[in-house]
Amino acid sequence: MSNTNENKNPHEKIEKNVGLLAVLIAVALSFGGLAEIVPLMYQAEAIEPLPGMKPYPALELAGRDVYIREGCYNCHSQMIRTLRFETERYGHYSLAGESVYDRPFQWGSKRTGPDLARVGGRYSDDWHRVHLINPRDVVPESNMPSFPWLAENAVDPQQVTRHMRALKKLGDPYTDEDLAGVAQAVEGRSELDAMVAYLQGLGRYAPKGN
Amino acid sequence: MSAGWSWYVILLVVSNIIGCTALLWWTSKKAKGNEGTSHIWDGDITEYDKPLPRWWINLFYITIVFSIAYMFWYGGFGSYNGFSSWTSQSEHATQKAAGDARLAEAFRPYDGKPIDELARDAQAVALGRSIFTNQCATCHGSAGQGAIGYPNLTDTVWHWGGTPADILQTVLHGRNAVMPSWSEALTAMGGANAVEDVTTYVLWMTDPSLAATNGDAIARGRGLYANVCAACHGADGKGMTALGAPDLTDDYWLYGRSRAAIREGIERGRNGSMPAQEGLLGETRSRLAAAYVWTLSQQ
Repeated sequence: MSNTNENKNPHEKIEKNVGLLAVLIAVALSFGGLAEIVPLMYQAEAIEPLPGMKPYPALELAGRDVYIREGCYNCHSQMIRTLRFETERYGHYSLAGESVYDRPFQWGSKRTGPDLARVGGRYSDDWHRVHLINPRDVVPESNMPSFPWLAENAVDPQQVTRHMRALKKLGDPYTDEDLAGVAQAVEGRSELDAMVAYLQGLGRYAPKGN
Repeated sequence: MSAGWSWYVILLVVSNIIGCTALLWWTSKKAKGNEGTSHIWDGDITEYDKPLPRWWINLFYITIVFSIAYMFWYGGFGSYNGFSSWTSQSEHATQKAAGDARLAEAFRPYDGKPIDELARDAQAVALGRSIFTNQCATCHGSAGQGAIGYPNLTDTVWHWGGTPADILQTVLHGRNAVMPSWSEALTAMGGANAVEDVTTYVLWMTDPSLAATNGDAIARGRGLYANVCAACHGADGKGMTALGAPDLTDDYWLYGRSRAAIREGIERGRNGSMPAQEGLLGETRSRLAAAYVWTLSQQ
Protein backbone atom coordinates (compact mmCIF):
# COMPACT_ATOMS: atom_id res chain seq x y z
CA MET A 1 0.00 0.00 0.00
CA SER A 2 1.33 3.37 -0.89
CA ASN A 3 0.07 6.86 -0.61
CA THR A 4 0.25 8.75 -3.80
CA ASN A 5 -2.85 10.79 -3.26
CA GLU A 6 -2.00 14.37 -2.56
CA ASN A 7 -5.53 15.50 -1.85
CA LYS A 8 -5.66 14.62 1.85
CA ASN A 9 -9.04 13.64 3.13
CA PRO A 10 -9.97 14.05 6.81
CA HIS A 11 -10.07 10.27 7.48
CA GLU A 12 -6.42 10.12 6.93
CA LYS A 13 -5.38 12.25 9.87
CA ILE A 14 -7.21 9.93 12.25
CA GLU A 15 -6.23 6.74 10.53
CA LYS A 16 -2.57 7.55 10.68
CA ASN A 17 -2.48 8.92 14.22
CA VAL A 18 -3.21 6.26 16.84
CA GLY A 19 -3.03 8.74 19.71
CA LEU A 20 -5.64 11.00 18.15
CA LEU A 21 -7.78 7.97 17.31
CA ALA A 22 -7.68 6.83 20.96
CA VAL A 23 -8.60 10.30 22.23
CA LEU A 24 -11.53 10.57 19.84
CA ILE A 25 -12.77 7.08 20.77
CA ALA A 26 -12.60 8.04 24.44
CA VAL A 27 -14.57 11.22 23.72
CA ALA A 28 -17.22 9.28 21.80
CA LEU A 29 -17.56 6.69 24.57
CA SER A 30 -17.62 9.20 27.40
CA PHE A 31 -20.95 10.81 26.54
CA GLY A 32 -23.08 8.10 28.11
CA GLY A 33 -21.07 8.01 31.32
CA LEU A 34 -20.88 11.78 31.61
CA ALA A 35 -24.64 12.11 31.23
CA GLU A 36 -25.75 9.08 33.28
CA ILE A 37 -23.08 8.37 35.89
CA VAL A 38 -21.41 11.65 36.81
CA PRO A 39 -24.61 13.46 37.95
CA LEU A 40 -25.46 10.45 40.19
CA MET A 41 -22.25 10.99 42.12
CA TYR A 42 -23.70 14.26 43.34
CA GLN A 43 -27.31 13.20 43.75
CA ALA A 44 -28.55 12.93 47.33
CA GLU A 45 -30.83 9.99 46.61
CA ALA A 46 -27.90 7.88 45.50
CA ILE A 47 -25.30 8.87 48.07
CA GLU A 48 -27.25 9.41 51.29
CA PRO A 49 -28.09 6.45 53.52
CA LEU A 50 -31.69 5.58 54.25
CA PRO A 51 -32.98 7.14 57.49
CA GLY A 52 -31.52 5.51 60.58
CA MET A 53 -29.05 3.43 58.59
CA LYS A 54 -25.73 2.63 60.21
CA PRO A 55 -22.57 1.13 58.72
CA TYR A 56 -21.96 -2.60 59.24
CA PRO A 57 -21.18 -3.66 62.81
CA ALA A 58 -17.83 -5.42 63.23
CA LEU A 59 -19.08 -9.00 63.01
CA GLU A 60 -21.24 -8.30 59.97
CA LEU A 61 -18.35 -6.51 58.30
CA ALA A 62 -16.25 -9.62 58.84
CA GLY A 63 -19.06 -11.73 57.41
CA ARG A 64 -19.27 -9.49 54.39
CA ASP A 65 -15.57 -10.11 53.71
CA VAL A 66 -16.24 -13.85 53.84
CA TYR A 67 -19.21 -13.40 51.50
CA ILE A 68 -16.95 -11.70 48.97
CA ARG A 69 -14.07 -14.13 49.47
CA GLU A 70 -16.27 -17.15 48.86
CA GLY A 71 -17.71 -15.53 45.76
CA CYS A 72 -21.32 -15.69 46.93
CA TYR A 73 -22.09 -12.84 44.52
CA ASN A 74 -21.44 -15.20 41.63
CA CYS A 75 -24.73 -16.95 42.31
CA HIS A 76 -26.64 -14.55 44.58
CA SER A 77 -27.71 -11.05 43.67
CA GLN A 78 -28.57 -8.39 46.22
CA MET A 79 -30.70 -6.25 43.98
CA ILE A 80 -34.45 -6.53 43.83
CA ARG A 81 -35.71 -4.87 40.69
CA THR A 82 -38.89 -2.81 40.37
CA LEU A 83 -40.82 -5.74 38.99
CA ARG A 84 -43.83 -7.11 40.78
CA PHE A 85 -42.85 -10.76 40.55
CA GLU A 86 -39.61 -9.86 42.30
CA THR A 87 -41.06 -7.74 45.06
CA GLU A 88 -43.76 -10.36 45.61
CA ARG A 89 -41.07 -12.94 46.28
CA TYR A 90 -38.34 -10.95 47.99
CA GLY A 91 -39.85 -7.78 49.44
CA HIS A 92 -39.51 -4.09 48.67
CA TYR A 93 -37.36 -3.26 45.66
CA SER A 94 -33.80 -2.17 46.39
CA LEU A 95 -33.08 1.51 46.91
CA ALA A 96 -29.84 3.32 46.13
CA GLY A 97 -29.57 4.55 49.72
CA GLU A 98 -29.26 0.98 51.01
CA SER A 99 -25.90 0.47 49.35
CA VAL A 100 -24.03 3.55 50.50
CA TYR A 101 -21.92 1.59 53.00
CA ASP A 102 -21.25 -1.23 50.56
CA ARG A 103 -17.76 -0.95 49.16
CA PRO A 104 -18.04 -2.50 46.69
CA PHE A 105 -21.77 -3.13 46.42
CA GLN A 106 -22.93 -6.74 46.09
CA TRP A 107 -25.75 -6.23 43.62
CA GLY A 108 -24.49 -9.04 41.44
CA SER A 109 -25.93 -9.92 38.08
CA LYS A 110 -26.64 -13.62 38.24
CA ARG A 111 -29.13 -15.67 40.22
CA THR A 112 -28.29 -19.32 40.42
CA GLY A 113 -29.52 -19.01 43.98
CA PRO A 114 -32.13 -16.55 45.20
CA ASP A 115 -31.63 -12.84 45.74
CA LEU A 116 -30.35 -12.12 49.26
CA ALA A 117 -31.09 -8.41 49.64
CA ARG A 118 -33.93 -9.11 52.10
CA VAL A 119 -32.85 -12.47 53.50
CA GLY A 120 -32.25 -11.13 57.03
CA GLY A 121 -34.71 -12.63 59.52
CA ARG A 122 -36.26 -14.91 56.95
CA TYR A 123 -34.53 -17.98 58.35
CA SER A 124 -33.22 -18.70 61.81
CA ASP A 125 -29.53 -18.52 62.72
CA ASP A 126 -29.51 -22.28 63.15
CA TRP A 127 -30.92 -22.76 59.69
CA HIS A 128 -28.12 -20.67 58.21
CA ARG A 129 -25.50 -22.62 60.15
CA VAL A 130 -26.74 -25.96 58.92
CA HIS A 131 -27.34 -24.62 55.44
CA LEU A 132 -23.89 -23.07 55.02
CA ILE A 133 -22.11 -26.19 56.27
CA ASN A 134 -24.16 -28.48 54.07
CA PRO A 135 -27.14 -27.03 52.17
CA ARG A 136 -28.50 -30.52 51.42
CA ASP A 137 -29.21 -31.05 55.12
CA VAL A 138 -32.10 -28.61 54.97
CA VAL A 139 -32.80 -28.31 51.24
CA PRO A 140 -32.33 -31.76 49.69
CA GLU A 141 -32.55 -30.44 46.11
CA SER A 142 -30.07 -27.58 46.63
CA ASN A 143 -27.04 -27.29 44.34
CA MET A 144 -25.23 -24.76 46.50
CA PRO A 145 -21.68 -25.75 47.48
CA SER A 146 -20.92 -26.65 51.09
CA PHE A 147 -18.76 -24.29 53.12
CA PRO A 148 -17.69 -26.48 56.05
CA TRP A 149 -14.46 -24.59 56.69
CA LEU A 150 -16.34 -21.47 57.79
CA ALA A 151 -17.03 -23.07 61.17
CA GLU A 152 -13.34 -23.83 61.66
CA ASN A 153 -11.84 -20.46 60.68
CA ALA A 154 -11.72 -17.76 63.30
CA VAL A 155 -12.34 -14.11 62.46
CA ASP A 156 -9.17 -12.03 62.72
CA PRO A 157 -9.98 -8.95 64.86
CA GLN A 158 -7.00 -7.04 63.50
CA GLN A 159 -8.12 -7.51 59.94
CA VAL A 160 -11.60 -6.27 60.79
CA THR A 161 -10.16 -3.27 62.65
CA ARG A 162 -8.03 -2.35 59.65
CA HIS A 163 -10.98 -2.73 57.34
CA MET A 164 -13.15 -0.55 59.55
CA ARG A 165 -10.43 2.10 59.85
CA ALA A 166 -10.12 2.23 56.08
CA LEU A 167 -13.88 2.64 55.70
CA LYS A 168 -13.80 5.40 58.31
CA LYS A 169 -11.16 7.21 56.25
CA LEU A 170 -13.47 6.93 53.25
CA GLY A 171 -16.19 8.68 55.23
CA ASP A 172 -18.28 5.90 56.76
CA PRO A 173 -19.50 7.17 60.15
CA TYR A 174 -17.68 4.72 62.40
CA THR A 175 -16.80 6.12 65.81
CA ASP A 176 -13.61 5.54 67.78
CA GLU A 177 -15.67 3.35 70.12
CA ASP A 178 -16.69 1.20 67.16
CA LEU A 179 -13.05 0.72 66.27
CA ALA A 180 -12.07 0.01 69.86
CA GLY A 181 -14.93 -2.47 70.21
CA VAL A 182 -14.01 -4.60 67.20
CA ALA A 183 -11.80 -7.00 69.11
CA GLN A 184 -14.50 -7.66 71.69
CA ALA A 185 -17.21 -8.04 69.06
CA VAL A 186 -15.42 -10.64 66.95
CA GLU A 187 -13.22 -12.32 69.56
CA GLY A 188 -13.63 -16.06 69.43
CA ARG A 189 -16.21 -15.90 66.67
CA SER A 190 -15.90 -18.14 63.64
CA GLU A 191 -16.35 -17.06 60.05
CA LEU A 192 -19.62 -18.97 60.19
CA ASP A 193 -20.84 -16.70 63.02
CA ALA A 194 -19.78 -13.67 61.01
CA MET A 195 -21.47 -14.90 57.86
CA VAL A 196 -24.72 -15.64 59.69
CA ALA A 197 -24.63 -12.19 61.30
CA TYR A 198 -24.08 -10.58 57.91
CA LEU A 199 -26.91 -12.53 56.26
CA GLN A 200 -29.29 -11.79 59.12
CA GLY A 201 -28.52 -8.09 58.75
CA LEU A 202 -29.32 -7.95 55.04
CA GLY A 203 -32.37 -5.81 54.37
CA ARG A 204 -32.47 -4.50 57.94
CA TYR A 205 -33.03 -0.93 56.81
CA ALA A 206 -35.20 -1.74 53.84
CA PRO A 207 -38.74 -0.42 53.70
CA LYS A 208 -41.14 -3.00 55.10
CA GLY A 209 -43.73 -4.68 52.93
CA ASN A 210 -43.36 -4.87 49.19
CA MET B 1 -31.50 16.68 40.32
CA SER B 2 -30.38 20.27 40.70
CA ALA B 3 -30.94 22.75 37.87
CA GLY B 4 -27.21 22.88 37.19
CA TRP B 5 -26.91 19.13 36.69
CA SER B 6 -30.08 19.12 34.69
CA TRP B 7 -28.66 21.66 32.25
CA TYR B 8 -25.40 19.73 32.18
CA VAL B 9 -27.25 16.59 31.05
CA ILE B 10 -29.40 18.52 28.58
CA LEU B 11 -26.31 20.10 27.08
CA LEU B 12 -24.61 16.73 26.68
CA VAL B 13 -27.68 15.07 25.19
CA VAL B 14 -28.44 17.90 22.77
CA SER B 15 -24.84 18.29 21.66
CA ASN B 16 -24.66 14.54 21.16
CA ILE B 17 -27.78 14.53 18.97
CA ILE B 18 -26.57 17.55 16.99
CA GLY B 19 -23.12 16.01 16.69
CA CYS B 20 -24.52 12.71 15.35
CA THR B 21 -26.75 14.55 12.89
CA ALA B 22 -23.86 16.70 11.67
CA LEU B 23 -21.63 13.66 11.28
CA LEU B 24 -24.32 11.89 9.27
CA TRP B 25 -24.92 14.94 7.09
CA TRP B 26 -21.21 15.37 6.51
CA THR B 27 -20.59 11.71 5.60
CA SER B 28 -23.61 11.72 3.28
CA LYS B 29 -22.13 14.46 1.13
CA LYS B 30 -20.53 13.40 -2.09
CA ALA B 31 -16.84 14.05 -1.91
CA LYS B 32 -15.91 16.90 -4.24
CA GLY B 33 -13.28 16.37 -6.87
CA ASN B 34 -10.94 13.60 -5.96
CA GLU B 35 -12.87 10.66 -4.54
CA GLY B 36 -9.88 8.67 -3.43
CA THR B 37 -9.24 7.78 0.20
CA SER B 38 -5.52 7.69 -0.49
CA HIS B 39 -5.68 3.92 0.05
CA ILE B 40 -4.10 2.41 -3.05
CA TRP B 41 -3.05 -1.19 -3.32
CA ASP B 42 -0.86 -2.84 -5.92
CA GLY B 43 -0.36 0.47 -7.64
CA ASP B 44 -3.76 0.76 -9.21
CA ILE B 45 -6.48 -0.55 -6.88
CA THR B 46 -7.94 2.53 -5.27
CA GLU B 47 -10.46 2.70 -2.47
CA TYR B 48 -12.97 5.45 -3.16
CA ASP B 49 -14.51 7.70 -0.54
CA LYS B 50 -18.16 7.25 -1.52
CA PRO B 51 -21.04 8.24 0.74
CA LEU B 52 -23.24 5.55 2.29
CA PRO B 53 -26.30 4.57 0.25
CA ARG B 54 -29.15 7.00 0.75
CA TRP B 55 -31.55 4.46 2.28
CA TRP B 56 -28.92 3.54 4.81
CA ILE B 57 -28.32 7.17 5.80
CA ASN B 58 -32.06 7.66 6.08
CA LEU B 59 -32.28 4.76 8.53
CA PHE B 60 -29.79 6.59 10.71
CA TYR B 61 -31.85 9.78 10.47
CA ILE B 62 -34.89 7.79 11.58
CA THR B 63 -33.06 6.57 14.68
CA ILE B 64 -32.27 10.18 15.53
CA VAL B 65 -35.90 11.20 15.15
CA PHE B 66 -36.86 8.17 17.26
CA SER B 67 -34.39 9.12 20.00
CA ILE B 68 -35.77 12.66 20.19
CA ALA B 69 -39.34 11.37 20.40
CA TYR B 70 -38.26 8.79 22.99
CA MET B 71 -36.63 11.39 25.16
CA PHE B 72 -39.66 13.66 25.05
CA TRP B 73 -41.93 10.72 25.92
CA TYR B 74 -39.88 9.09 28.69
CA GLY B 75 -37.83 12.11 29.73
CA GLY B 76 -34.19 12.14 28.72
CA PHE B 77 -33.45 15.83 29.04
CA GLY B 78 -32.06 16.39 32.55
CA SER B 79 -34.78 16.47 35.17
CA TYR B 80 -37.57 16.72 32.57
CA ASN B 81 -39.96 13.83 33.25
CA GLY B 82 -41.36 13.46 29.76
CA PHE B 83 -44.94 13.54 28.48
CA SER B 84 -45.70 10.11 29.91
CA SER B 85 -44.15 10.82 33.35
CA TRP B 86 -43.06 7.18 33.31
CA THR B 87 -40.96 5.86 36.20
CA SER B 88 -40.08 2.30 37.10
CA GLN B 89 -41.58 2.94 40.55
CA SER B 90 -44.94 4.03 39.16
CA GLU B 91 -44.93 1.10 36.74
CA HIS B 92 -44.26 -1.21 39.68
CA ALA B 93 -47.00 0.44 41.74
CA THR B 94 -49.50 -0.06 38.93
CA GLN B 95 -48.55 -3.69 38.44
CA LYS B 96 -48.60 -4.30 42.15
CA ALA B 97 -52.01 -2.71 42.60
CA ALA B 98 -53.41 -4.88 39.81
CA GLY B 99 -51.74 -8.03 41.18
CA ASP B 100 -52.74 -7.31 44.76
CA ALA B 101 -56.34 -6.75 43.69
CA ARG B 102 -56.42 -10.17 42.01
CA LEU B 103 -54.74 -11.81 45.00
CA ALA B 104 -57.09 -10.08 47.43
CA GLU B 105 -60.00 -11.40 45.43
CA ALA B 106 -58.57 -14.91 45.45
CA PHE B 107 -57.94 -14.86 49.18
CA ARG B 108 -60.96 -12.84 50.32
CA PRO B 109 -63.25 -15.87 50.78
CA TYR B 110 -60.82 -17.18 53.43
CA ASP B 111 -60.41 -14.00 55.51
CA GLY B 112 -60.69 -14.79 59.20
CA LYS B 113 -62.16 -18.24 58.61
CA PRO B 114 -61.43 -20.79 61.32
CA ILE B 115 -58.62 -23.21 60.55
CA ASP B 116 -60.72 -26.38 60.82
CA GLU B 117 -63.24 -24.96 58.39
CA LEU B 118 -60.48 -24.10 55.90
CA ALA B 119 -59.04 -27.57 56.33
CA ARG B 120 -62.28 -29.07 55.00
CA ASP B 121 -62.20 -26.82 51.89
CA ALA B 122 -60.13 -28.55 49.21
CA GLN B 123 -59.37 -25.33 47.39
CA ALA B 124 -58.22 -23.58 50.56
CA VAL B 125 -55.94 -26.51 51.35
CA ALA B 126 -54.52 -26.39 47.81
CA LEU B 127 -53.78 -22.68 48.23
CA GLY B 128 -52.29 -23.36 51.64
CA ARG B 129 -50.12 -26.04 50.13
CA SER B 130 -48.71 -23.72 47.47
CA ILE B 131 -48.01 -21.08 50.10
CA PHE B 132 -46.31 -23.74 52.23
CA THR B 133 -44.17 -24.90 49.32
CA ASN B 134 -43.08 -21.35 48.61
CA GLN B 135 -42.42 -20.20 52.11
CA CYS B 136 -42.15 -23.06 54.60
CA ALA B 137 -40.71 -25.98 52.65
CA THR B 138 -37.17 -24.58 52.85
CA CYS B 139 -36.94 -25.72 56.47
CA HIS B 140 -39.83 -28.10 57.00
CA GLY B 141 -39.34 -29.97 53.73
CA SER B 142 -41.51 -30.02 50.65
CA ALA B 143 -43.87 -32.54 52.25
CA GLY B 144 -43.60 -31.14 55.77
CA GLN B 145 -41.37 -34.02 56.80
CA GLY B 146 -38.89 -31.73 58.61
CA ALA B 147 -35.16 -32.18 59.10
CA ILE B 148 -32.71 -32.26 61.98
CA GLY B 149 -33.65 -29.18 63.99
CA TYR B 150 -36.81 -28.53 61.96
CA PRO B 151 -39.95 -30.20 63.21
CA ASN B 152 -41.76 -32.85 61.26
CA LEU B 153 -45.26 -31.45 60.69
CA THR B 154 -46.85 -34.67 59.52
CA ASP B 155 -46.87 -36.47 62.87
CA THR B 156 -48.85 -35.76 66.02
CA VAL B 157 -45.96 -34.46 68.11
CA TRP B 158 -46.20 -30.69 68.61
CA HIS B 159 -43.69 -28.86 70.80
CA TRP B 160 -45.77 -25.69 70.76
CA GLY B 161 -49.18 -27.28 70.60
CA GLY B 162 -51.02 -28.84 67.70
CA THR B 163 -54.46 -27.31 67.97
CA PRO B 164 -55.50 -25.12 65.03
CA ALA B 165 -55.16 -22.04 67.25
CA ASP B 166 -51.63 -23.05 68.35
CA ILE B 167 -50.51 -23.66 64.80
CA LEU B 168 -51.94 -20.36 63.61
CA GLN B 169 -50.16 -18.59 66.46
CA THR B 170 -46.90 -20.30 65.47
CA VAL B 171 -47.23 -19.34 61.81
CA LEU B 172 -48.31 -15.75 62.44
CA HIS B 173 -45.96 -14.79 65.22
CA GLY B 174 -43.16 -17.35 65.11
CA ARG B 175 -41.65 -19.27 68.01
CA ASN B 176 -38.31 -19.04 69.77
CA ALA B 177 -37.06 -22.01 71.70
CA VAL B 178 -35.23 -20.93 74.83
CA MET B 179 -33.30 -23.93 76.07
CA PRO B 180 -30.27 -22.26 77.68
CA SER B 181 -26.82 -23.71 78.02
CA TRP B 182 -26.74 -25.65 81.29
CA SER B 183 -23.15 -26.84 81.42
CA GLU B 184 -22.00 -24.21 83.94
CA ALA B 185 -24.98 -24.46 86.25
CA LEU B 186 -24.98 -28.26 86.19
CA THR B 187 -21.24 -28.52 86.71
CA ALA B 188 -21.48 -26.15 89.69
CA MET B 189 -24.21 -28.31 91.18
CA GLY B 190 -23.12 -31.81 90.35
CA GLY B 191 -19.44 -31.76 89.47
CA ALA B 192 -17.61 -32.47 86.27
CA ASN B 193 -19.83 -35.39 85.29
CA ALA B 194 -23.11 -33.56 85.81
CA VAL B 195 -23.92 -33.03 82.13
CA GLU B 196 -23.14 -36.66 81.38
CA ASP B 197 -25.31 -37.79 84.31
CA VAL B 198 -28.29 -35.74 83.18
CA THR B 199 -27.80 -37.01 79.62
CA THR B 200 -27.88 -40.58 80.91
CA TYR B 201 -30.99 -39.84 82.94
CA VAL B 202 -32.75 -38.34 79.91
CA LEU B 203 -31.78 -41.36 77.81
CA TRP B 204 -33.07 -43.63 80.56
CA MET B 205 -36.52 -42.04 80.30
CA THR B 206 -37.03 -43.73 76.96
CA ASP B 207 -34.70 -46.67 77.55
CA PRO B 208 -35.21 -48.18 81.03
CA SER B 209 -32.69 -50.92 80.26
CA LEU B 210 -29.94 -48.37 81.00
CA ALA B 211 -30.79 -48.73 84.70
CA ALA B 212 -28.97 -52.06 84.87
CA THR B 213 -25.59 -50.59 83.97
CA ASN B 214 -25.91 -46.88 84.81
CA GLY B 215 -27.84 -46.95 88.07
CA ASP B 216 -25.63 -44.43 89.86
CA ALA B 217 -25.46 -41.97 86.98
CA ILE B 218 -29.23 -42.12 86.59
CA ALA B 219 -29.74 -41.46 90.28
CA ARG B 220 -27.41 -38.44 90.20
CA GLY B 221 -28.98 -37.25 86.97
CA ARG B 222 -32.46 -37.56 88.44
CA GLY B 223 -31.57 -35.15 91.25
CA LEU B 224 -30.04 -32.63 88.88
CA TYR B 225 -32.95 -32.98 86.46
CA ALA B 226 -35.42 -32.23 89.23
CA ASN B 227 -33.49 -29.09 90.16
CA VAL B 228 -32.80 -27.74 86.70
CA CYS B 229 -34.76 -29.33 83.87
CA ALA B 230 -38.09 -30.14 85.51
CA ALA B 231 -39.08 -26.47 85.57
CA CYS B 232 -39.78 -26.60 81.81
CA HIS B 233 -39.73 -30.26 80.84
CA GLY B 234 -41.84 -31.29 83.83
CA ALA B 235 -40.98 -33.63 86.68
CA ASP B 236 -42.19 -36.54 84.58
CA GLY B 237 -40.40 -35.30 81.44
CA LYS B 238 -43.64 -34.74 79.58
CA GLY B 239 -42.64 -31.25 78.48
CA MET B 240 -44.68 -28.07 78.37
CA THR B 241 -46.15 -26.77 75.15
CA ALA B 242 -46.56 -23.23 76.54
CA LEU B 243 -42.76 -22.97 76.59
CA GLY B 244 -42.10 -25.22 73.64
CA ALA B 245 -40.30 -27.63 75.97
CA PRO B 246 -40.39 -31.02 74.24
CA ASP B 247 -41.68 -34.20 75.77
CA LEU B 248 -38.60 -36.26 76.66
CA THR B 249 -40.48 -39.50 77.09
CA ASP B 250 -41.76 -39.96 73.53
CA ASP B 251 -39.84 -41.19 70.52
CA TYR B 252 -39.63 -37.86 68.66
CA TRP B 253 -36.29 -36.10 68.95
CA LEU B 254 -35.89 -32.86 67.05
CA TYR B 255 -32.11 -33.01 67.16
CA GLY B 256 -31.79 -36.77 67.27
CA ARG B 257 -31.78 -39.21 70.16
CA SER B 258 -28.07 -39.99 70.22
CA ARG B 259 -26.17 -39.40 73.45
CA ALA B 260 -24.06 -36.81 71.63
CA ALA B 261 -27.09 -34.85 70.39
CA ILE B 262 -28.77 -34.79 73.81
CA ARG B 263 -25.54 -33.89 75.51
CA GLU B 264 -24.98 -31.06 73.06
CA GLY B 265 -28.47 -29.74 73.76
CA ILE B 266 -27.83 -29.67 77.49
CA GLU B 267 -24.33 -28.26 77.16
CA ARG B 268 -24.95 -25.54 74.60
CA GLY B 269 -28.69 -25.08 74.72
CA ARG B 270 -31.10 -25.15 71.82
CA ASN B 271 -32.51 -22.02 70.31
CA GLY B 272 -34.51 -23.16 67.36
CA SER B 273 -36.50 -20.34 65.94
CA MET B 274 -39.54 -20.23 63.74
CA PRO B 275 -39.73 -16.82 62.04
CA ALA B 276 -43.00 -14.89 62.23
CA GLN B 277 -44.81 -15.02 58.91
CA GLU B 278 -47.52 -12.41 59.39
CA GLY B 279 -45.31 -9.61 58.08
CA LEU B 280 -44.20 -11.71 55.14
CA LEU B 281 -47.41 -13.45 54.13
CA GLY B 282 -50.17 -11.40 55.70
CA GLU B 283 -52.93 -12.77 57.90
CA THR B 284 -55.02 -14.69 55.41
CA ARG B 285 -52.16 -16.46 53.68
CA SER B 286 -50.65 -17.38 57.06
CA ARG B 287 -54.05 -18.78 57.98
CA LEU B 288 -54.21 -20.86 54.79
CA ALA B 289 -50.68 -22.18 55.38
CA ALA B 290 -51.65 -23.05 58.96
CA ALA B 291 -54.74 -24.88 57.72
CA TYR B 292 -52.63 -26.92 55.31
CA VAL B 293 -50.14 -27.73 58.07
CA TRP B 294 -52.94 -28.81 60.35
CA THR B 295 -54.32 -31.19 57.69
CA LEU B 296 -50.90 -32.87 57.51
CA SER B 297 -51.27 -34.12 61.06
CA GLN B 298 -54.93 -35.10 60.66
CA GLN B 299 -54.40 -37.87 58.13
